[in-house]
Amino acid sequence: MYRFALGRLAQAIPVLLIVITVTFFLIHSAPGGPFSADKAVPPEVIKALEEQYNLNQPIWQQYLSYLGDVIQGDFGPSFKYSGRNVNELIAAGLPITAELAFYAMLVALSVGIFAGVGAAMRPNTAQDYIPMTGAMIGICMPSFLLGPLLVLVFGIYLDWLPVSGWGDIPGDKILPSITLGTGYAAYIARLSRGGMLEVLSQDYIRTARAKGLREPIIIIKHALRGGLIPVVAFLGPAFAGLLSGSFVVETIFQIPGLGRFYVQAAFNRDYTLILGMTIFLSTLIILFNLLSDMLAIWLNPKLRQEIKGAN
Amino acid sequence: MIFHSEKQSIHQTFSIFNKTISFLMLMLFISLTGCGSGESNISLGNRTGILYWGNGTEPASLDPHIATGVPEHHIMSSVMEGLVLKDRKSLEPRPGVAESWTISDDGRIYTFKLRDDARWSNGDPHIANDYVWSWWRALQPALGNQYAYMLFPIKNAKRYYDRETEDFGDVGVKALDQRTLQVTLTNPTPYFLQLLDHYSLFPVHQATIEKFGNADQRGTRWSYEGNLVSNGPFKLDEWKINRHITVTRNLHYWDNDNVALNGIVFKPVENTVTEERMFRAGQLHVTSNVPADKISTYRKSNSTELKIAPYLGTYFYRLNIKTPQLQDRRVRRALGMAIDREKLVENITKGGQIPAYTMTPPGTMGYYPTSTLAFDPEGAKNLLSEAGYPNGEGFPAIEILYNTNEGHRKIAVALQEMWKDYLNIDIKLLNQEWKVYLATESAGDYQISRGGWIGDYVDPNNFLDMFLCGGGNNRTGWCNEEYDRLILEVAPSQSSHEERLAVFQQAETMLLDDMPIIPVYTYTSVKLVDSSVENLDGNIMNQAMYKDIYLSPRQ
Repeated sequence: MYRFALGRLAQAIPVLLIVITVTFFLIHSAPGGPFSADKAVPPEVIKALEEQYNLNQPIWQQYLSYLGDVIQGDFGPSFKYSGRNVNELIAAGLPITAELAFYAMLVALSVGIFAGVGAAMRPNTAQDYIPMTGAMIGICMPSFLLGPLLVLVFGIYLDWLPVSGWGDIPGDKILPSITLGTGYAAYIARLSRGGMLEVLSQDYIRTARAKGLREPIIIIKHALRGGLIPVVAFLGPAFAGLLSGSFVVETIFQIPGLGRFYVQAAFNRDYTLILGMTIFLSTLIILFNLLSDMLAIWLNPKLRQEIKGAN
Repeated sequence: MIFHSEKQSIHQTFSIFNKTISFLMLMLFISLTGCGSGESNISLGNRTGILYWGNGTEPASLDPHIATGVPEHHIMSSVMEGLVLKDRKSLEPRPGVAESWTISDDGRIYTFKLRDDARWSNGDPHIANDYVWSWWRALQPALGNQYAYMLFPIKNAKRYYDRETEDFGDVGVKALDQRTLQVTLTNPTPYFLQLLDHYSLFPVHQATIEKFGNADQRGTRWSYEGNLVSNGPFKLDEWKINRHITVTRNLHYWDNDNVALNGIVFKPVENTVTEERMFRAGQLHVTSNVPADKISTYRKSNSTELKIAPYLGTYFYRLNIKTPQLQDRRVRRALGMAIDREKLVENITKGGQIPAYTMTPPGTMGYYPTSTLAFDPEGAKNLLSEAGYPNGEGFPAIEILYNTNEGHRKIAVALQEMWKDYLNIDIKLLNQEWKVYLATESAGDYQISRGGWIGDYVDPNNFLDMFLCGGGNNRTGWCNEEYDRLILEVAPSQSSHEERLAVFQQAETMLLDDMPIIPVYTYTSVKLVDSSVENLDGNIMNQAMYKDIYLSPRQ
């Protein structure tokens, strides 16, 4: 297991290096620089700015010195937000985005598992079709549509919940969490339905039924364990996706998280901020995938045997 | 045995897993049920004297020599003050830090008398030398101040900036004593007093800046929360990135007794749809904008909350005169004449915009330019046919470049149709992401490109000096030496305001006759303002005088 984890971590280094290199050269080759503006910026001002941020050096030199800084954990100063460095901006947004992702995950898991298991208990009946149709709609419904719809109904017409913010007004975390979580809930519902259906056709479930156990006991005590393995495997990538994909929800609900910086940074050609965010999120994705794989191995004896065999 | 122990561990895992799920669901229910709408920002603000202000984007900086945008301007003008303020309606100069001033007969020497009770927000006395030092800093090339040119009317300021003189003593700004500041200009500049209310001429606190780095160093932390010392009616209290910036009453401000608000919360809301929803939910007193498709809804319901005011800005199209088919003046005129601007603002932009037939918005410092441009499809057709394209035949298709934005696209499509209908010529559309578009336009790599210009100060000069030969904002390739002479030499040397305006009219007519640009409409500022907000009058700079604003909740 440790060797497996170490091996995967070693693989992560070249992956990250490729991510940094590709992003660095892509962003530097994009037309328009960080200091261009609608009102023409005098050439001497551009020159002064480029000197301050070492943009007047040859590109490979910039690349190497950037790489050196990143290895020391320094993502450099933001070009747009004068006086702030990228580490600081990430540190400001991360707790909020992580909290949003966590609540969205809670929504996704509770709604998804409930609907999926319910559907699997009575396959091909209304109890199956209704939640599964809902799940299909949930998967297809983009958050930029669902968010404003929820706001319109619960925020404006019914006036039950705040329309925006994060931690400013009680209850303002509910709508964003539901908006972000819905797509994942739908996905988890389908995964858990599939997993449960497979488990429910197994012999040991038939044995349990033959013993005369009540259906809820069979589901909760016996079937749920195996039926949710696909969901567990999905958790890592899902959490990484929630962290890096919250931009739309953050914009709709005016949440001061990471996503808004990321997209704005690309528009602003804020080289260091784009790079810093990309490296940070790539690292998170790699880590979460690793964690999720390790969890799956820990849960699934077959996989563990395979790894032992390979070693 | 191995199998058995593994089965056990799986069993344990799942019981942990089940417990975790139950715990997660419990937490979700707690967070879902523990809610209530609470008091809205507006009612809270009206009770406590705090204004909630929708402010567009997260400010990039609050250093007046580095910042450039409108959101930054709003915050800086609440915490900082220049020598002179503006009247909130007429924008006429009003005493600020300077309680009075005199202007020499030749209009070149301004002598300002500073208030005895002017103080910085930390209680330090605010003296004439603060301006000498601040303007010295503003002119340091290493600082990369994009608005350094705002100081160029001051004698030798440009020469000092260009390093033609090393001695700042040559620059026309002197502290005669602690309370007297004398400014000498190169030419009589009627708009100089207005410039003093632009943030690039605001004073900065020397000791604070030097505490956090060199004076000409960018990116020091002197203008951040807990550090910024300023001289305006409010002072910076809290800066939460992407969340809000809060300013509170500055007790050392000379006119503190007449400031009604206890503070302002500036909320960076980029998305105008979100902002409008926040307004409806009572979270903002004032929005920075209104989504275009919501304007008509508010208008239909005769909403008193919707405020539309003319804005000192022109929406126009640049014509690249290096394009072969656009080299003929008649073709350019024909394009300008074949735009039904009335229809465009009524059906497409819908924000009360005013059709523009001149580059300078009418009413800029008493300047009401006459124009030779009008909507005249027949005349346009004749001109095009004189240029060798009868009924548009043989006219090669041209391309309109615009930055990716739904509003710009709609206007470009409307023009495409009008030019097809009236002139029978083909237009293609090309949209590019903002920075790409800027690079393309600056490189002159376009045929027709949409443009916008918002005035920095209220004077025709600010709109007309864009089109000097090779000017950074010209970008059309158009160059007329006589035009340059009028703007650079003739206008500044006029002794009366009327004579000066007459010169601008002459230049404007030359520009319109040659038509390297096609004016489309004059901007409007559109916002939603809660009925409790008083003294926020619309003016053409869309500038709020925060010290005048007060909140009077209506029952």
